[in-house]
Amino acid sequence: MLKVENLSIYFEDNGKIQEAVRDISFQMQDREILGIVGESGSGKTMTALTIAGLTKEHEILERGSILLDDTDLLKLPPAEMRKIQGKDISMIFQEPMTALNPTMKIGKQVEEALILHTVLSKTERRKTVIRALEDAELDYPDLLYGKYPHELSGGMRQRVMIAAAIVCKPKLLIADEPTTALDVGTQESILKLLKKLNRKYDMGILFISHNLRVVNELCSRVLVMKDGVILEEGMTREIFENPRTEYTKELIAAIPGHTRSTAFYELLCAEAGE
Amino acid sequence: MKCRGMKLKQLRIRKRKLGKTGYNFVFGLVLTAVMVGLIILGFFWSPYDPEAMQGSLKLSGPALAHVFGTDQFGRDVFSRILVGAGNTLIVALGTIVIGGGVGILAGAVTGYFGGWLDEILMRVNDALAAFPSVLLALVIISVWGTGKYKVMLALGIAFIPSFARIVRGEFLRCREEDYIVSARLIGVSAPRILFVHILPNIMPALLSALAIGFNNAVVQEAGMSYLGIGVQPPDASLGLMLSESQTYLASGPWCAIFPGIFLILLILGVNMLGEGILDRFGGGR
Repeated sequence: MLKVENLSIYFEDNGKIQEAVRDISFQMQDREILGIVGESGSGKTMTALTIAGLTKEHEILERGSILLDDTDLLKLPPAEMRKIQGKDISMIFQEPMTALNPTMKIGKQVEEALILHTVLSKTERRKTVIRALEDAELDYPDLLYGKYPHELSGGMRQRVMIAAAIVCKPKLLIADEPTTALDVGTQESILKLLKKLNRKYDMGILFISHNLRVVNELCSRVLVMKDGVILEEGMTREIFENPRTEYTKELIAAIPGHTRSTAFYELLCAEAGE
Repeated sequence: MKCRGMKLKQLRIRKRKLGKTGYNFVFGLVLTAVMVGLIILGFFWSPYDPEAMQGSLKLSGPALAHVFGTDQFGRDVFSRILVGAGNTLIVALGTIVIGGGVGILAGAVTGYFGGWLDEILMRVNDALAAFPSVLLALVIISVWGTGKYKVMLALGIAFIPSFARIVRGEFLRCREEDYIVSARLIGVSAPRILFVHILPNIMPALLSALAIGFNNAVVQEAGMSYLGIGVQPPDASLGLMLSESQTYLASGPWCAIFPGIFLILLILGVNMLGEGILDRFGGGR
């Protein structure tokens, strides 16, 4: 479904050219949950934002292509790209407290993508929004529809963000550290929710994290990135059991009590009947 | 899940308490409402014709028939205040509509997009701002001539730079917010981001800037009418009344005192309202 080929991203900073991502290539199948792990500055977020179509002024994209079902996103004019954004590709962020507009009601924010990308009537849109809120496992969606973000908790806001991202049933959901700012209990429930949505809507998820434990729980395949290059790629289990690079070994060693979460992974797999 | 019941509680709307900050807001709102109410009344009704002269009643003091007295031509001061304040209000509102409207547009575009457009517009803005706004308005009036609507236009143009600068700063601040990045990522077009997603978020700052601008416009209009280049006689405006009454300060001080008090109360009301809005809705920012 998604095919990234020879993607390089540079920054121009006061005339000096800085490299953020160097010649990376990877593929994602339909319905796959692919994880990207790496430390801060490894280029994982840059890669995600570029796929989602957000490029900044000082950014130079050199060669490479991002193919979503045979459409090269990098060659699309901005107006065409806007039609894909929010409809086929959507993204959720790390920080649920700042990612919702404080002056817009929850319902309106979730509805925004529908207004842009569909021709549904007002009542149909409302129904779709309520359904998306239910899909994101939020209770009392009717009540939530007219609430402002400040009336919600962090976990609830993250669910609202997810509802807004999936309301158009995108093929690809990019999740940039969606659990990092949440407490451990909420983290688990958000991960389960993502897994459920992945199965229910056949939605591919590109899951970005610096936390190998979280990636291990969710992703079937994983890329390990460092300093703008992909160090390692493979099935999560294989990489976990048999890391090929020193860096991956260190990452695994950095997980506190990782044996326990491997057990949790087994549990998830058993649940999924894999 | 088990914690859902707790979450429902968090959903209940918290009632805002009328604390220390509510005082400005409530008092300003009441005062502004009373003053604007009087002015609106003046558009439809005044006790006497504001331009009708009565030779026998020149400079008579406040009495039951003429509560604020009469001026040097025997015109009823209260009627003239009501109608004159209406002219002042129209000029002030026109000024902030022109200055605020263009300022918001320019500030939004330059703040959000940046780049060469920002450079050009902001340098023009700097050039405008380099003149004191009264001087600028004076120049514009000396070119176009005097009159109520020309004063409005002149003051409006003179007020653009300050609004543009405030709005630009706010848009610059909001541009990098996560929720704006999210909006861009679902394909929202730039005009919609500017005016549907960002504008409501800068309302507290904008409203108080508009309130201050309104007050300045009232004072400037009064000043220009006082100098004889604003509203022209026999029309009334608060500034013009102050200017006309200057000669008769000793024999008829009420001609100056009552328009002055009206002006002060109008400005005080709007000023407190502006501060109240900032306290009440902009505190968390």
